[in-house]
Amino acid sequence: MQDSINLVIVGHVDHGKSTLIGRLLYDTGKLSPERIAELKKVSKNTGKEMEFAYVMDHLKEEREQNVTIDTAQTFFSTDKREYVIIDAPGHVEFTKNMVTGASLAEVAILIVSAREGVEEQTRRHAYILGLLGLKQVIVVINKMDTVGYSNDRFNEVKEQTISHLSTLGIEPSYVVPISAIEGDMVAKRGERMNFYEGPTMLEALDTFKGRESRDNLPLRFPIQDVYKHDPKRILVGRIESGKLEVGDKVLFYPSEKTSTIKTVELFEQEATEASAGMSIGITIAEPLFIERGEVMIHPGDTPTIADTIDANVFWMSRKPLKKGERLHLRCATQELDCTIKEIKKRLDSSDLSVIEENARQIENNEVGELTIVTDDPIVIEDFNRVEELGRFVLVKDLDVAAGGIVIMPKE
Amino acid sequence: MDHLDQLEAKSIYIIREAYKQFGNIAMLWSIGKDSSTLLWLTRKAFYGKIPFPVMHIDTSYKFEEIYEYRDAKAKEYGLDLIISRNEDAIASGMDHSSKLQCCMALKTNALKMAIEKRKFKALLLGIRRDEHGIRSKERYFSPRDANFKWDYKNQPPELWDQYKSKQSDEDHIRVHPILHWTEVDIWEYIKRENIPIVDLYFAKDGKRYRSIGCKPCCSPVESDADTVDKIIHELRTTNTAERAGRAQDKEDTYTMQKLRALGYM
Ligand SMILES: Nc1nc2c(ncn2[C@@H]2O[C@H](COP(=O)(O)OP(=O)(O)O)[C@@H](O)[C@H]2O)c(=O)[nH]1
Repeated sequence: MQDSINLVIVGHVDHGKSTLIGRLLYDTGKLSPERIAELKKVSKNTGKEMEFAYVMDHLKEEREQNVTIDTAQTFFSTDKREYVIIDAPGHVEFTKNMVTGASLAEVAILIVSAREGVEEQTRRHAYILGLLGLKQVIVVINKMDTVGYSNDRFNEVKEQTISHLSTLGIEPSYVVPISAIEGDMVAKRGERMNFYEGPTMLEALDTFKGRESRDNLPLRFPIQDVYKHDPKRILVGRIESGKLEVGDKVLFYPSEKTSTIKTVELFEQEATEASAGMSIGITIAEPLFIERGEVMIHPGDTPTIADTIDANVFWMSRKPLKKGERLHLRCATQELDCTIKEIKKRLDSSDLSVIEENARQIENNEVGELTIVTDDPIVIEDFNRVEELGRFVLVKDLDVAAGGIVIMPKE
Repeated sequence: MDHLDQLEAKSIYIIREAYKQFGNIAMLWSIGKDSSTLLWLTRKAFYGKIPFPVMHIDTSYKFEEIYEYRDAKAKEYGLDLIISRNEDAIASGMDHSSKLQCCMALKTNALKMAIEKRKFKALLLGIRRDEHGIRSKERYFSPRDANFKWDYKNQPPELWDQYKSKQSDEDHIRVHPILHWTEVDIWEYIKRENIPIVDLYFAKDGKRYRSIGCKPCCSPVESDADTVDKIIHELRTTNTAERAGRAQDKEDTYTMQKLRALGYM
């Protein structure tokens, strides 16, 4: 078995996300007899036949209103590997939940109804996939049964979807015609779409890879906390990229202090080295005062240090974001206050058209190209190189209100 | 890094994050396999010295094995163990036929009293997304208001390992470091790490418990799995739900949802 992959299913409301998930779980034998019985019972209570969508829409209110409110997760497996499915809600009011779900995924399925074609939420979700940097994308054209399994209609919707995605820089790896209700081309090919010669949806999924190893990138070790276990001071955190070894010369940014790694600390385990993804601790040779938020690197491969940052930000709060506003910014373990200096562009997230230049504010579910000034300098990276330092969140009042991707300054 | 390494690294990151952000926290330990795994991860995160209390909500109806295991491990690991009991409710006797009321009084209310007394800002809990439909909606950091209500319809976004760090005074935060693990993951990890687990999980006379809690509300499942390996094999081949033996889940489709909205673990 290979490692498991997180999969998010997104698309316009009613295009069939929940049904597709129910179908996947059913066809891969993941529904327990209790669940199938419960499903039948609840379907009957609400006057419907077997409604696959109920598998995911587990909350009572959702059953009554028939919409997915929050992201939910579940699991299924093929012969090749295990998948974690994240169902993300289609309704515009729930976009923040969709972003939450999609941020956990390595692979995305964008579902488009063959009957309706691309709609507003199809476009907005596609934008968010781009924002989150998802590159492994499958488009499924669903409800093929409602268009008589027509090859022409499939091609029409396929072209429409591909042309929209290309404006966002997303190139889907596969476009598969399916019927979530009938099951065609999901786990089994079926007999009704012989015009299509590509892989079924499951076969397409199995061709994808998990997250690539980041061991060969430069070392970035953001300090999460410092534990005083006398006589040791252990610097703990997760290595976001690269490798480290006892004896390595290291530099802390932004303070620019230097030292040497003395030990690698794991509980009841001997280690002299560690690599990307591991939550570890280290001790250093010099008694330096290091705090959470510093990023440890190897000398010679310096990240960008800045206090003025340009970024694309997706705003997810009912209260608008205002120019001049003070917010809290968090990037890896760096946390500090900042000021929104400029809103250079205000964009519609469904088609990325510019609503306004030099705007005074941006509203819920809109995108802004901002200039942010942080109270102190922070370490940033190109998002396409070290994701964890190329993206950040903004906190307003008590909650996360935006996700942003740094636009790197020109050299 | 293999699959278990990845799960472990994320859990340790979350545990350390919770302690850094909130300081005054506690871990809930039901002595079951999940919270015992969480305890194991927490010991790893802090190099064997957990800097906060570990709390057992004692309903007085637990299996004897649970009490024995708890006391032995608390001593061995040097835990700051808090045992919270709703003594008034226990003294007045419980009617187990209403699970909702019994769980509310003995678990939720006992927890409320402990939080009030110690003013904990956050609690670590070993729940998993694949356990039950309603739990699949949980966030890693999930706020509860003063009345313990979970406003699942209006949860803050959570992305890129940036978890909720601020809260208003009347809230506490539930932190779920093993939310992303499955039941099989837990057993694979127990095997790899050699984590000691209460005997009740292993088959005796053709029956074992897949999920443990209070005696009156747990029934064993048919099984011959008397070793960790056999349990893993059993889970890979069954499709019966894990909590099928738990009464709360059977009584009514929505009991679990009601319990959770009211602050149940
Ligand atoms: N005919 C047909 N109907 C479908 C198909 N997939 C979903 N539906 C129906 O479309 C409606 C919306 O589906 P649902 O899965 O709830 O959509 P979601 O909002 O994207 O999760 C439901 O009534 C489904 O029964 C399909 O392949 N064919």
